[in-house]
Amino acid sequence: MTPRSRWGTAALGLLVLATAFPFYWAIVSSFTPEARLFQRPSLLPTTLVLDHYRALFTERNFWVPIRNSLIVAGATTAICVSIGGLCAYALARLRFRGKAPLLGLILAVSVFPQISVVSPLYLLLRRLHLINTYPGLILPYLTFAMPLTVWLLVGFFRQLPAELEEAAMVDGASRLRALWEVILPLALPGLAATAILTFVYSWNEFLFALSFTLGPERQTVPVAIALFRGQYQVPWGQILAAAIVATAPVAVLVLAFQRRIVQGLTSGAVKG
Amino acid sequence: MASVRLAGVEKVYPNGHVAARGLDIEIADGEFMVLVGPSGCGKSTALRMIAGLETPTAGQVFIGEHDVTALPPQERDIAMVFQSYALYPHMTVRENLSFGLRMRGAARPAIAERVAGAARALGLDAVLERKPGQLSGGQRQRVALGRAMVRDPKVFLFDEPLSNLDAKLRVETRAELARLHRRLRATIVYVTHDQEEALTLGGRVAVMRDGNVEQVAPPMEVYRRPASLFVAGFVGSPAMNLLPGEVRADGVWAGPGGLVLPPPAAPGARAGTGRVTLGVRPHDVAIVAPGAGDTDARADVVEPRGSELLIYLRLGNDGAGGELRAVAPPEQQIAVDTAVGVRLDRERLHWFDEPTGRRLD
Repeated sequence: MTPRSRWGTAALGLLVLATAFPFYWAIVSSFTPEARLFQRPSLLPTTLVLDHYRALFTERNFWVPIRNSLIVAGATTAICVSIGGLCAYALARLRFRGKAPLLGLILAVSVFPQISVVSPLYLLLRRLHLINTYPGLILPYLTFAMPLTVWLLVGFFRQLPAELEEAAMVDGASRLRALWEVILPLALPGLAATAILTFVYSWNEFLFALSFTLGPERQTVPVAIALFRGQYQVPWGQILAAAIVATAPVAVLVLAFQRRIVQGLTSGAVKG
Repeated sequence: MASVRLAGVEKVYPNGHVAARGLDIEIADGEFMVLVGPSGCGKSTALRMIAGLETPTAGQVFIGEHDVTALPPQERDIAMVFQSYALYPHMTVRENLSFGLRMRGAARPAIAERVAGAARALGLDAVLERKPGQLSGGQRQRVALGRAMVRDPKVFLFDEPLSNLDAKLRVETRAELARLHRRLRATIVYVTHDQEEALTLGGRVAVMRDGNVEQVAPPMEVYRRPASLFVAGFVGSPAMNLLPGEVRADGVWAGPGGLVLPPPAAPGARAGTGRVTLGVRPHDVAIVAPGAGDTDARADVVEPRGSELLIYLRLGNDGAGGELRAVAPPEQQIAVDTAVGVRLDRERLHWFDEPTGRRLD
């Protein structure tokens, strides 16, 4: 092993440790009794209890924020991938006037700082009587999720050889049929990756969720966790348990689709 | 099957590039028409306009009696083989072959029968359940062919289908295509940049350049009577010698290296009319003893090509008169850097007007 690669390995190890330790610590702490949390911390857990998790789903009724988050993030993802997908396909393939400015505009929308649109959006949603409703979160989420989806998918669609859909159309398929039968199956890894990213963004979103919900019946996971802290105490054990519960579905999702995302489906389509 | 007609078809891209200027091409029912030309000559664009993948900016496209100019590809009843094959990578060979029939709503038993027939004809039986990624280049090419064959389209369009094959496979597939055409009696429009492929396959050949058709004729006529300087230089291998010269006031044509010949009897080549280019194929240049031919030259390079010798000559006694290529039988002894005589076959001379490049006679 050359000195350089030894240092490289060491640096890599440190990096992994630094990244993984907070997760480890959060998991361990979430199983540690509240009373022990602030006594001398030890790296290896001594007593493991399920108290925090039990409290989460009984006292706190954590199912409600989870359900809310699933509905909001799921609907946002579904709308983004279906409508954004069609939009991205058009932008990637069709020739029309003003395509470049349109793409620029979509990008511009996505770089707005969220905080700058909170107040106007609040007024708008109140007018529409959408405060503290699911659409009242889904619609604002589309403002950041849709540009992301469109940009990612335009890239994916552009990578697919145009000759494939030309062949499909010559073979008798309409453009939509060609999209459905040929392009979508090939774009699946890209669509899956985009859907997961959109879902994760929506799942983790905090500012809109805090601003546009009023009570626990519509609060999403991040908002619920943030509001755990009381006036006099911070229930760290429960917060960490909730964080683990909130991270788990996302982690599972990414791991489940990892191969799909990485796998290239296009091999053998054209020469080479 | 049906005829195809392009009537005054023009294609100007938004960036100003003109890919076709007033194309008029008629392809008869059952004809094998080859569009040939260098890259950028508009041959692929012409094919894509027949397919409906590009819309002409002016003019009309007819398939049979129908004006299809405004119809999308799926309503033109054509089949196309792409240069990249464009096989659907997520489908098996069987699904690839049946795709067109499924899109047109054919009945299941009919589909199975046609796919089986095409697979048998192309030797793809054993690979029907494989995906394109698991096939060799030649097999992919045949799947692309088969995908076009399973349907009974009005017209087959081929866009450089052989260019991704190695030389041996290309020659084999070329013969297979000729057989296929004879068997199906299909109308075929075939695009290639390879003039040899064009000559061997085409019932007729349309030579294109800069969005124009230079000549449409049967292969042997394109070879024997090229209509323009461009066609003369493009068709034939080794390429035709093109010797610039002029018809002098005394009525003879004077070219490079002291070459003097009686001019053609065409009205464009009367005494003193100016520049006329002589075209002569290397096969029509004979190497004789010095002083015994039309002029003398020096042998510069001799390339044995198996069945013949290709000789690069320098015209004139001093070898300063420009290059001339000649083909000689392999028995002939020609030493490099010696003086030889050259005799041009008077029956096989081609004369071209300058600067129009049109054939004179």
